[in-house]
Amino acid sequence: MSIFTRGFSGRGRENGPDLPPGQYLTEDFPVLSAGPTPDVAKEDWRFEIRTENGVTGWSWDEFMALKIDEVSTDIHCVTRWSKLGTSWRGVSLDTLFEHVDTSYEYTMAHSYGGYTTNVPLEDLLDGKAWVAFEFDGEELDPEHGGPARLLVPHLYFWKSAKWVRGLELMPQDQPGFWEQNGYNMYGDPWREERYW
Amino acid sequence: MGTVASTRRETPTGRSIVLDVPGWPGNIAGQHVDVRLTAPDGYQATRSYSIASAGPEPHFELAVDRLPTGEVSPYLVDELREGDQVEVRGPLGGWFVWTPAETRPVQLIAGGSGVVPLVAMLRSHAAAAADTPMRLLYSVRSPDDRFFADELGDWDVTYAYTRSAPDGMPVGRLTADTVAAAVLPPGALVFVCGPTRFVEAVATWLVDLGHRPQDVKTERFGG
Repeated sequence: MSIFTRGFSGRGRENGPDLPPGQYLTEDFPVLSAGPTPDVAKEDWRFEIRTENGVTGWSWDEFMALKIDEVSTDIHCVTRWSKLGTSWRGVSLDTLFEHVDTSYEYTMAHSYGGYTTNVPLEDLLDGKAWVAFEFDGEELDPEHGGPARLLVPHLYFWKSAKWVRGLELMPQDQPGFWEQNGYNMYGDPWREERYW
Repeated sequence: MGTVASTRRETPTGRSIVLDVPGWPGNIAGQHVDVRLTAPDGYQATRSYSIASAGPEPHFELAVDRLPTGEVSPYLVDELREGDQVEVRGPLGGWFVWTPAETRPVQLIAGGSGVVPLVAMLRSHAAAAADTPMRLLYSVRSPDDRFFADELGDWDVTYAYTRSAPDGMPVGRLTADTVAAAVLPPGALVFVCGPTRFVEAVATWLVDLGHRPQDVKTERFGG
């Protein structure tokens, strides 16, 4: 136990079972971005999965024709806010990987604008991740990653790459953008894997 | 563990705090630190704050604005006193940073207390006697709401006042035209820090003005 901070009583006590350590609840939807918000038109949008065996890709219209999931989930940002029970619509990565063949176990998500983030493949499969294009019943705002973003809610939210345009499969784990700039390679909020 | 060496009122809602931290490795301009407070019942609250200073010394300066609905910032602004101890972790962050090794001209753009990490860059620039241009555009409510107002007088600063201004100066939200008139041309490295809405707008205008997105580094706070 740390020493007490004189005069601090705290107001929150938001230590519910749904709140990972060191997080606080917010009703807002704050934004963490490293640069300007890219302007991506749906007609130009593509999503591609690149493996050692080739490329599988979808246009926006092809993507919308896939099976779409409704997702209700908690999200946790490394900057310490959490939002409980958020609702999304998107395509499961299980659906996208149905016809993808790879022996590689790591992925790098690539975004319009150049952002990258690394996620192990097993953290994207078995109902754990989506490419989401709707939040709270509305089209996803560009500042929150629209037209589409990765949604990997069991990891800190920087792993849920905004403006996602594809996944590159990799034989070894490599750091993405924030992972090269001080953030953890994996990012489990329940183990507070925030920084190096 | 950090010990409060001094505090100073900066604005009606904000103040600066110097913390002595034995073992602190020093920090570069633009980095932040996690501050953790512990209540008598063991409840803890942690928030990240930008550092207003830069250098190798085992102390650093924070500048904190009180958020009306905040849990930690009202304590730091109104309650914390000299000699108090808080836990700190850092320095943190390797992206929104500037060092004197950077040779490009630099444009800084602040909204409100977003000026804090940019002041660290101005101080670092001055301490290194760097001869590359570094300029600040500071959008702030009123002259009284400026952090580090005296020190900013030594540097190349353009103010944009949103609520009240000295006689003869315009009042109103920052516009694309104001930004176009005040900032260095494309090719400069640009740091933008402030509330999300502010940063979104400014970063979009900069790209419209011809700044390459990869030259525009942003940091946002608030919801």
